Amino acid sequence: MLIWWYIVQGFAAEFNQALSLILNGDAELWAIVLLSLRVSIFAVLISAVIGMPIGAALAVARFPGRRVMIILVNALMGFPPVVVGLLVYLMLSRSGPLGVLELLYTPTAMIIAQVVLVTPIMAALTRQVVEMLAEEYSEQLRSLGVSRLASVPVLLWDARLALVTALLAGFGRAIAEVGAVIIVGGNINHVTRVMTTTIALETSKGNLALALALGVILIGLAVVVNAMVSTLTLRAEREGLRHA
Amino acid sequence: MRDVVTGTPGVLEVSGLSIARDGKVLLDVPHLCLDGPGPTLILGPNGAGKSLLLRCLHGLIQPDRGRVCQNGVVLNAGHKARQAMVFQSPVLLRRSVAANLDFVLKRQSMPRALRKRRIEALLAEGGLDGKARQPARSLSGGEAQRLAILRALALDPETLFLDEPTSALDPSATQMIERMVLRASTRGVRIVMVTHDIGQARRLASDIVMMQAGYVVEHGAARRVLETPESDDSRRYLAGGLVT
Ligand SMILES: Nc1ncnc2c1ncn2[C@@H]1O[C@H](COP(=O)(O)OP(=O)(O)O)[C@@H](O)[C@H]1O
Ligand SMILES: [Mg+2]
Repeated sequence: MLIWWYIVQGFAAEFNQALSLILNGDAELWAIVLLSLRVSIFAVLISAVIGMPIGAALAVARFPGRRVMIILVNALMGFPPVVVGLLVYLMLSRSGPLGVLELLYTPTAMIIAQVVLVTPIMAALTRQVVEMLAEEYSEQLRSLGVSRLASVPVLLWDARLALVTALLAGFGRAIAEVGAVIIVGGNINHVTRVMTTTIALETSKGNLALALALGVILIGLAVVVNAMVSTLTLRAEREGLRHA
Repeated sequence: MRDVVTGTPGVLEVSGLSIARDGKVLLDVPHLCLDGPGPTLILGPNGAGKSLLLRCLHGLIQPDRGRVCQNGVVLNAGHKARQAMVFQSPVLLRRSVAANLDFVLKRQSMPRALRKRRIEALLAEGGLDGKARQPARSLSGGEAQRLAILRALALDPETLFLDEPTSALDPSATQMIERMVLRASTRGVRIVMVTHDIGQARRLASDIVMMQAGYVVEHGAARRVLETPESDDSRRYLAGGLVT
């Protein structure tokens, strides 16, 4: 707390400026915030559509190579974002395999990078939850005459709170990510500037007011996401929806 | 088909049933015919193979050899019997009480209006009226087991298996469940129930199967088995002695 006080004292002017940027609805600031939200929300939704069925399949289906795929997905989850950015850059750059699409330095490129980062998280978390639930349910569902395939939607629905939590965790990771997004987005003014990359750039340029304003908003978002996760967890406990 | 008018349960018959694992006989039942007018109670020490027998009869485990007939029809993967099973600890879906019942009714493609009436009737039968919207996993132990039984009854089974359904419950919860079981039996559902409680066997059974080390050591009318057991194993078990 004391440290905060010193920082606020030392940069009082910048803090005041930052607050006025937020409160007066500075157009540039809010354009950056909105683009960040748009990119990350899109990325998380696409990741969910790809990752959750993969996770569910890994949890329920039995096929050769399943164990290897689980290890792979878990490994991808811990991939350094900067390297993911580099790989997506190589794919999208002019001489890359997808170069003809001319996606480099567009919001779409940033979405792709975030999808690559978040999809393994979705798949891994989904597999974990669904597998635990499947273990608990399998005999009962078989007794009720539910086939293995037909059990998938049942398991997904009964894991719904954990899956929403996974969605929020994925969003938290996407919105806070810098390394991959700055490589494929390029931080172009009015085109691909999102909160994290702008903070990095403006701080190094000495424009602390804008960086601080975005920092405050980013922290606010993190708090909101965490509060939602806590609320869901509490509710899950109350209704006996926990999985462990 | 079970005789709905007289409420006489159908006949369940096994022959040549055996399961061995690693050279050890887990279950060996040359012949067992359950055709009494009321509930069959299975008794025997831990590890006697009671649960295993129930799972074989219900088709959850494929025996190495042997077959199970319900009303003269051989049950196998191709022919699904109208059977239901209640497990020792109830596995309830992470949904409301009503939704747990609706789940099995929907699978029988019952129209919505009919389902609603059936759910109300079932809840009344289990003394769960007023709890329809409560999350199933927040029910007490006795209520949860009653819901599990209702869900099994919602399948309209010819045979209902129960594996120590009251072993974790207090006397009043046990009594409610025993009443539900007896009512189902009177309506013509064949009841096959495992218990450790000799008093419960006395209260419910019309016939008793005594098991020991994978074998059926005695099967007969309840009064006769309880008062004048023929096998030494039954005698020792009923006397509360240690069976080795
Ligand atoms: N799937 C299985 N594979 C190997 N052994 C099993 C399996 N299921 C049960 N058993 C063994 O069969 C024996 C009987 O178990 P069980 O039917 O659960 O006894 P209980 O009479 O207490 O219900 C035990 O020794 C158990 O270890
Ligand atoms: Mg058992």
